[in-house]
Amino acid sequence: MTHDQPRGAVLAAEGRLPAERVALVDLLDRLLAGGVVVSGDLVLSIADIDLVRISIRALIMSVRESDTFGGGDDELRK
Amino acid sequence: MVDDAGTYLYAVASDAAASCPEGLKGVAGQEVRTITQSGLVAYVSTVPLDQFGEEPLRRSMEDLDWLGATAHAHHHVVEAVAMLGPVAPVRLVTVYSGEEPVRRLLEERHADFVEALLRVSGRQEWGVKAYVVKAPPDAREAREESGQESVSPGTAYLKRRQASLRTREESWRQAGARAEGIHDVLRSFSVASRRHRAQDPELSGRDEWMVLNGAYLVDEERAEEFARALDGLRGQGIELELTGPWAPYSFTALDEGGSR
Repeated sequence: MTHDQPRGAVLAAEGRLPAERVALVDLLDRLLAGGVVVSGDLVLSIADIDLVRISIRALIMSVRESDTFGGGDDELRK
Repeated sequence: MVDDAGTYLYAVASDAAASCPEGLKGVAGQEVRTITQSGLVAYVSTVPLDQFGEEPLRRSMEDLDWLGATAHAHHHVVEAVAMLGPVAPVRLVTVYSGEEPVRRLLEERHADFVEALLRVSGRQEWGVKAYVVKAPPDAREAREESGQESVSPGTAYLKRRQASLRTREESWRQAGARAEGIHDVLRSFSVASRRHRAQDPELSGRDEWMVLNGAYLVDEERAEEFARALDGLRGQGIELELTGPWAPYSFTALDEGGSR
């Protein structure tokens, strides 16, 4: 898990990662907390924050089915 | 049937890059097409509302497989469009009732989109995550325990707990300060920056604490410089992870309150 080599330079030289190799959690940071947000005329009107919370809950639940909630729960309730 | 289908919006770009990559598929396996209006082009596809309506989405957003497939499909389209030129990615699951409201959006928010596209032109987003390697609590506790033989087990426990909390708080403070420092250095190599919420260790798949989850908008020609600066910040108990280049997801928010 350690990346001692200058990964920055390597990655910069390699260019874009294929979409399927991008980690879902990094992707969701951007797709749910970033991007153009438009309002009006939309089919759905789930508030942004709801989307973020719902999906993060989904992720946590899926990873720790039987486990009790730890620090992540505090984050969610803020 | 209009009632059964929605128009899913992925990204907006300048009309100058108005081609649509041949055979590009988006969410739900549907072909991506373009809507051109007022010098802008929207990349969209048709989606079934029994999957992408408000109620079904409330359920499917909790389904990790569905969410993952949809997020990757959305990202795939944005990446393909980003190859053509500056792009403003749109947030996940932005669904309109048809083409007309999308045209209206491009017309009404024209100035904002142009400004956003200008801001990201010739630039890329890089993600940097900083982790602090956790002190091994087991070893420390065992050591403290061996020195506490003369006091009652209850007192020993409380002392141990207090010491452990103090150590943890101190580590957090130091790590926080370190993260600020790293962020400041990286910021100086970028034209804009943003800090995302730190990922839960369960999500990042790592034991270490994440103390920085930053996004940096960097001029294309400064990418190497940025990566070198990052490499210079490594070490001292901090592990840095670089992701990207990303389409500028974190830097295309439009001004609130409509066009100016």
